Amino acid sequence: MSSNTAAIAPMKTPAVGPGAAAAVPCHHCGLDCRDLVLRSAEQRFCCQGCRTVYELLIENGLGDFYRLGQSAGMQFQRPEATAQFSYLDEAALRSRLVQFDSEKLTRITFRVPAIHCVACIWLLENLPRINPAFHEARVNFARKEVALAFDPRRLKLGDVVALLGALGYPPDLRFDDLDRAPASPIGRRLWLQLGIAGFAFGNIMLFSLPGYFGLDSFSGPMFSQIFGWFSFALALPVFVFSAADYWRSAWTGLRQRQLTIEVPIALGLIAIFIRSLFEIITGLGEGYFDSLTGLMFFLLIGRMFQQKTYDRLSFERDYKSFFPLAVTRLRRGGMESWSNGAVGAKDNRSERSNAPTLPHASREERVSLSQLAVGDQLVIRNGELIPADAKLRSGPALIDYSFVTGESDPVACPAGALLFAGGRQMGGAIEVEMTRAVNQSYLTSLWNQAAFQKDDSGTLDTVINRFSRRFTFNVVGIAVVAAIWWLAAGDPARAGKAFVSVLIVACPCALALATPFALGTALRMLGRRQMFLKSPTVIENLARVDAIVFDKTGTLTSTGAGAVRFVGHPLSEIEERWLYSLTRHSTHPYAVRIGEVIAHDFFPEAVRSFLETPGQGMEAQISGREIWMGSAAWLASRNVAAESGKLEQGSEVHVAIDGRYRGKFVLGGALRPETDRMIQALGSCYELALLSGDNPRERERMAGLLGKSADLQFNQSPLNKLEFIHNLQRSGRRVLMVGDGLNDAGALKQSDVGLAVVEEVGAFSPASDGIVAASTVPQLAALLRYAQSVVRVVKAGLAISAAYNLVGLALAVQGLLSPVFCAVFMPLSSITVVLFSSGMATWLARRILPQPGGAGQ
Amino acid sequence: MNVLFILIPLSILLATCFLWAFIWAVRSGQYDDTQTPSMRVLLDDAPVAVPKESFDSKPNQTST
Repeated sequence: MSSNTAAIAPMKTPAVGPGAAAAVPCHHCGLDCRDLVLRSAEQRFCCQGCRTVYELLIENGLGDFYRLGQSAGMQFQRPEATAQFSYLDEAALRSRLVQFDSEKLTRITFRVPAIHCVACIWLLENLPRINPAFHEARVNFARKEVALAFDPRRLKLGDVVALLGALGYPPDLRFDDLDRAPASPIGRRLWLQLGIAGFAFGNIMLFSLPGYFGLDSFSGPMFSQIFGWFSFALALPVFVFSAADYWRSAWTGLRQRQLTIEVPIALGLIAIFIRSLFEIITGLGEGYFDSLTGLMFFLLIGRMFQQKTYDRLSFERDYKSFFPLAVTRLRRGGMESWSNGAVGAKDNRSERSNAPTLPHASREERVSLSQLAVGDQLVIRNGELIPADAKLRSGPALIDYSFVTGESDPVACPAGALLFAGGRQMGGAIEVEMTRAVNQSYLTSLWNQAAFQKDDSGTLDTVINRFSRRFTFNVVGIAVVAAIWWLAAGDPARAGKAFVSVLIVACPCALALATPFALGTALRMLGRRQMFLKSPTVIENLARVDAIVFDKTGTLTSTGAGAVRFVGHPLSEIEERWLYSLTRHSTHPYAVRIGEVIAHDFFPEAVRSFLETPGQGMEAQISGREIWMGSAAWLASRNVAAESGKLEQGSEVHVAIDGRYRGKFVLGGALRPETDRMIQALGSCYELALLSGDNPRERERMAGLLGKSADLQFNQSPLNKLEFIHNLQRSGRRVLMVGDGLNDAGALKQSDVGLAVVEEVGAFSPASDGIVAASTVPQLAALLRYAQSVVRVVKAGLAISAAYNLVGLALAVQGLLSPVFCAVFMPLSSITVVLFSSGMATWLARRILPQPGGAGQ
Repeated sequence: MNVLFILIPLSILLATCFLWAFIWAVRSGQYDDTQTPSMRVLLDDAPVAVPKESFDSKPNQTST
């Protein structure tokens, strides 16, 4: 997984500046380019697929004929990529990945998160033309999946994955995929239930038409009788099959002594059914089967809407997703130091795997994680994750623990140091020896903590369930009172009718619809604005939050292009160009950041004898000048006195040209734009706190930002953070945690609502209740306000439906409820609630949240 | 009015045919993905039948 994302990373060119770029339409598909802008010649593209197609067509002279592109014969594959995925062809792994495997045909479905536009579908579904070994390729756009059928004799599974990666569609290979159950037919079942309910509803309405218009006298009682039995026949499958989920939910609810919303619904449905059957048998009338099926139809539409919303938002919470599927292991006996190859060049991997400079290539093997054992020697390359706690054997390790501690500053480790699982090697390749098995490591133990599993009992305490608890008691109470009243009045027939009528008319179908439509619409509105919440419950929880805990790095401050200042004698333009040329050759985050800042449409100069001492500095000859950039200690070892006397805020990179000290770059963790305003807006209504794994050098700045009353904690370990939140909760607070990285994972889960901040949506899915794009962090205040408003909309929806119910009840207790009234009244209340809920949620989103594609992007 | 005794079973029969068609469509997976086909319909079929040469000559015609 990590190697996949790394494969496309170098191609990504940030726009003019994150957030600064106005929406640029993609040259190929016309969609607005979002966080990813790719360039080819003068054109801009929103995704790899668009660019690939474009270049493909231009190369073939088919620029005007996009859809007729002749893609056959194009060589997309990069040779070095193929070897990386050869482990997929191991029999054990392969059999778990593929859905169908025979000698001639293999079927497999990949999740491809990069799919996002029509061109993606086009490109992927035309795979058979790129490589004839493919028989078929079908894309499911909503699920971002591609189903492939290919000839395993002509194409290996590893090659398939490599080809997809080379096209810009790296499949999401995860452990979860291996244990995934086959696609459940639950969607189909719901469609069938809905279809049958709709079918019965329509036809029963036809039979009931004479009754609606009072034509009974024309058609005579016989027809009414026959129509009644027809209606019964049609309603029976609805009652048994379409409503099956409601019976089950109501039954489980009752068994757990929970009066969920399904209980009164089931009660109402049974009441309608029995009453109708009674009327038909006794010849009293045609019953209320039209209402019954109509209600079922609307309920199922609501359920369908709910499921569609969930489907789109489902994301994995499994920690295993973070780890690469396979690692490079040295065969036993191959103990010699491996690395010190082409360190520092931009594309390390390709050079290494192609170049003959690789002395021990044959001693390496790609193995899956499950095959690793303590004592194995692993090679961790640039950007790869360390799969288990390990001891560094050789190579300069520069470990980015941002997955673990959330802090972006990489840590340099000496040989023999213990490296922790989840760290990411930056720069050159290293050799490590595993000291603990994969599933025992520190991260796993953090994730496996009991606190990590969020308590589910809280989710039952939703607005709707609290409402329905009172509702059920009240309705049954009213029904009983009405029955007793009429019995006392000496009218037992009317008593029975009133009792059942109350249950019928009070069937809380409109109630059941208010929540899914209001919250479902809200989830979609937020999704369009790059804020993805796990479930509707999260919105309710957000509305109840009264304390907010922030992580610093990556949440309040940006890990991307932060404020970079140069301290010292100002650099001339030519010097800046040299430095820029130098930084281009390093993948070190600081080098990348400095490079981004000083780039002014420079044409990079030729760099000779580039050498990077990972984690310390880099040097090269440019235009005959010797350029050094690195830490103060590194320069000091070259007899250059760096001025690092008073510690500035942030980190420092010193520069020397021809052995003469020129100054230093100071990289501050820059606050995200508009963060201060957001915090001010929040400070008045919420208790704020800041947790950081960083050192307290920025304490004053943060204190000024968050206010005096805020609790600032530095040097926090993941466990400290978890404890902090736990303590807040024990003091009765409902805590919203906003953080990024794995270190916050425990805290995110412990909190009532955990929001993970990601720079690139889709690239990272930590355990959390929601994922928000980094650019939307300033909109947090608006998000909270929106959540509160939406919960208010739900309550208003409940009030509307309650008002309808009151009117109905007034008639029902008098025993005056007629089938016609029911047939019009009950769907009307449902439709009103649906329109109100979704309409209000949309309108509020427009008012409170920023427009999609506006400031949020 | 007695004609209704024939017409109503007929109408139900007809409606049942539609219901059966719907059930068949769901079972055969046509409802599994309701989004992609709406996008796919905009894509032209691959011009497999047309030989490659005809494409290579096209841009020359348009550019001159």
